[in-house]
Amino acid sequence: MKVSLEVNGRTCEADVEPRKTLLDTLREDLKLVGSHAGCEHGVCGACTVLIDGEPARACLMFAVQADGYEITTIEGLAPAPGELGVVQDAFCETHGLQCGYCTPGMILTAHALLNRNAEPSREDIVDAISGNICRCTGYGQIVEAVELAAERLRKANVPRNERGAHPNAPVNDPAAEHDAPQEGVLEAAEADTPHGGRW
Amino acid sequence: MTVPHPPLKFVSTNRRVREDRRFVAGHGRYVADIELDGLLHVALVPAPHPAARIVSIDVSAAMKMPGVHATLTGEELAKAVDPLMNGLDTPQVRRFPLAVGQARYAGEWVVAVVAETRAQAEDAAEKVRITYETLPYVLDAEQALEPSSPPVHAGHGSNVLLDKTFVWGEVAQHFAESPRHLSFRVTWGRSSTVPIETFGVAANWDPWREILDVWASIQMPKYSDQIARALRIPLNNVRVHQDVDVGGSYGVKRGIKHTVLVSHLARKLGRPVRLIEDRLENMRAGDAHGPDRIFDVEVAFNDEGIVKSMKMRALDNVGAYAGRSPFQLGKPIGAIVGPYKIASVQYRAISVMSNKAAQEAVRGFGQSPTNYAIETAIDKVAGMLGLDRIEVRRRNFIGSDEFPYLIPSGTRYDSGDYHTVVAKVLAHADYEAMKRERDRLRAAGQCAGIGIAACLEPSGGNSSFEPLLNEKNTTSTWMESCRINVDGLGFITVTIHTTSAGQGHETLVATVIGEVLEIDPDLIRVTRPDTLNSLPSNSPVGSRMAIMLGGASYHAAQKLKAKIISIAAEQFGCAEKDVRYEGGTVSHADKILAWAEHVNIAHRNFHLLPEGMEPGLEVTHVMQVPTGTKLPENGRVQMYPCHSFEFHLVLVAFDPEIAKPNILRYVIGHDCGTVINPHIVKGMTLGGIAHGIGASLLEEFVYDGEGQMLTQSFMDYLLPSSHEVPKVEIVHHCTPSPFTVFGQKGSGESGYLGSPAAISGAINDAVAPYGISFAKLPIRISAISDAIAAAQGSKAEVQP
Repeated sequence: MKVSLEVNGRTCEADVEPRKTLLDTLREDLKLVGSHAGCEHGVCGACTVLIDGEPARACLMFAVQADGYEITTIEGLAPAPGELGVVQDAFCETHGLQCGYCTPGMILTAHALLNRNAEPSREDIVDAISGNICRCTGYGQIVEAVELAAERLRKANVPRNERGAHPNAPVNDPAAEHDAPQEGVLEAAEADTPHGGRW
Repeated sequence: MTVPHPPLKFVSTNRRVREDRRFVAGHGRYVADIELDGLLHVALVPAPHPAARIVSIDVSAAMKMPGVHATLTGEELAKAVDPLMNGLDTPQVRRFPLAVGQARYAGEWVVAVVAETRAQAEDAAEKVRITYETLPYVLDAEQALEPSSPPVHAGHGSNVLLDKTFVWGEVAQHFAESPRHLSFRVTWGRSSTVPIETFGVAANWDPWREILDVWASIQMPKYSDQIARALRIPLNNVRVHQDVDVGGSYGVKRGIKHTVLVSHLARKLGRPVRLIEDRLENMRAGDAHGPDRIFDVEVAFNDEGIVKSMKMRALDNVGAYAGRSPFQLGKPIGAIVGPYKIASVQYRAISVMSNKAAQEAVRGFGQSPTNYAIETAIDKVAGMLGLDRIEVRRRNFIGSDEFPYLIPSGTRYDSGDYHTVVAKVLAHADYEAMKRERDRLRAAGQCAGIGIAACLEPSGGNSSFEPLLNEKNTTSTWMESCRINVDGLGFITVTIHTTSAGQGHETLVATVIGEVLEIDPDLIRVTRPDTLNSLPSNSPVGSRMAIMLGGASYHAAQKLKAKIISIAAEQFGCAEKDVRYEGGTVSHADKILAWAEHVNIAHRNFHLLPEGMEPGLEVTHVMQVPTGTKLPENGRVQMYPCHSFEFHLVLVAFDPEIAKPNILRYVIGHDCGTVINPHIVKGMTLGGIAHGIGASLLEEFVYDGEGQMLTQSFMDYLLPSSHEVPKVEIVHHCTPSPFTVFGQKGSGESGYLGSPAAISGAINDAVAPYGISFAKLPIRISAISDAIAAAQGSKAEVQP
């Protein structure tokens, strides 16, 4: 059957079986393969997308159920090709990932947390990401990434919602030579270029 | 050997990990993301019994289902491919991707169904009708050893794959001389690394070019060799694409059976074919379970707690097929005494088959279970003598002035300073305050305990355990390679020849080459060509890549630098030793030749090159494992070249009735020599600890008495979440290795090699006041609360 999905601000039409999950539809029909299948029974969180801004398991939802909601996938977070958002850049800064497989879901979960809580405590962060399993990192550098992103968003001089910068805002501080954090982080990446650009 | 070098500019600095950028954007390229025209999908029909003869298979109904292209049985497949390789000389233990004639564990794949979509393949798989005649089965390792036990492979004659006893040193004499002995049994439950991405593979056969293309979520030495052998095609007909990102592995992503299956199907059907395991297939039949091991340990020691000798019997239940799994009893021989000066060891390694899923390599390749057994022994020695557990470890440690230190089984440890690492951890953690806190918690009615583990991480991965356990195997190299090309415009492209599963190899190589050439690593492109365009590699196993890929890229960069210096000296008309290389520029007196000029001469001015030099700026280096020069002699061999050290100190507390362990403090002292990228090493260590917390408290593949695996989903097989993993404090120390270029050692298994031992020690310290202890991992919440309740019950009976 035909569905019309609002994904990353665009309307996408697809013709799917009623039994097809949102995850498979995003990956196979819309070619948005940044959302990953991990367990396909709603535990690991690798398939997390945002539905009207809230994290949801795309493996536990049929595509036909998603009709009418605003869906955000990891592909919707980068402000421009080659440019990272604040949360994404913070994950690069602290190396809050290794294999990258859980990372899109983890970043979307963090994104949703920071949208509703500008000053999350460590416990808030741990709680928010507890539905996203990471086998590589032991979570330490992920928590650091979310703390760093929160700090940068609080300091950013760009409008967001009532509390400050939008987590999706590009890292763009013309006063800074590079985007190493000024304070609050012990391990500054001195050699890095703006936006973590490598090439 | 460590080469003297000026102060490091890039190595050991907190540079970003270049791979991260694509992953945070959702632009990793995993096997399930590969698009192939005309792709067909596989679903599998599992065996319902732990052992059963396959009487008949009827696929007629399945073939009529929509979208179905083919079905395949084990009998059909076995005619077209050779059995998968075994590590030991066990030719009658034949393993094919699908069960042939007999199913040997519940869940084993019996029939493959190929259809236009995975959903259609699954629908059709349900229509396959198979009749079985059930056979006797065996699950328990001790029972499987018995000659009367049901045979898993009747042709093999018994269920024993390996039963080898090594005696290194004067064990009998040392036991006779020692005033004190103790013995115990501990069991390591069957768990695994369980990556969030399951194993997946896609293959396509091009009959006109005679090329098999393979894209896989693989981390495996000699992968393409094994594909070629099984399919009976030349190795240069197999092209494995190594630029596929692997979504976690930690050892287990070795889906050779999956690969041979889809490769055969692709060849047969003339279409690309893909198999991505679903979670149930992965857990039950991906053949990726880890060690399942019983240790019987006896130690001989004196009143001061000095351990003189150890006898260890390790019985590993490897499941229904052999593969490389028996070797997981061999690798720990290279650190069989841990960080201790135990003078002699008797080691009996027994590998036995059962009707459980097949075992595969898991992080540490058997070392973490062995470390758990050794550390339990040290805790028990301290307990018997009433000595502090840390003090006993200090008394037995190899001293920093005793390296390189030859252990009884033939490995020479490279370097270490165990006493200093422990002292730093105790100072950082304030051990006395930690003990007071434990006692305060106990006084408040909590169970509280401190856990300690001092472990080694053998690193640098050679395969000396192969010839040690299999005399027909004469492998004495486990090389790694790097190629550097400077193009005509002066830009540098480096090739590495393996897949990556999050270890940051591109960052590693760029950092090392940037360091040697004194140029910004960010200007260096690193690519992973397919296997037909690759130099020899043995993949990222055995904590080897910092040493081996770091080493190969270092030596390649030195060759390139030498070539540039030679070109410049030729222009200056001076000796090579009289020029100065700085940041890519070469000078002699007042003459200077910049990078672009070397490049121009090498690419365009043959007439200016030194006599005999090839044009262009391209170098390769194939590196042999340091220290890996000999085959075993008299049951002794140099195993891995480098030995990282980790010291864990953990405070755990829990309510005696609820018994959910809370890790209140986790401090690890870590010494892996010179760190190349601190972010990467930190992540490996924290991730390893989390994995060890899973293995010690949560994770187990449990089989019921009927041979069915009970833990088939993440609702039953519990992975640690952010709630279960505490904040970990890392105390760094650096004892460089004399055998590597920067003094680096391995860290890919760090954390995991000691955390299960430390957590076990903490739980046992916490329940010691009840007079109970736990001798099996994982130690589940229910086991703790039940044991405490039983102990309290028996106390109540004694004291009415």
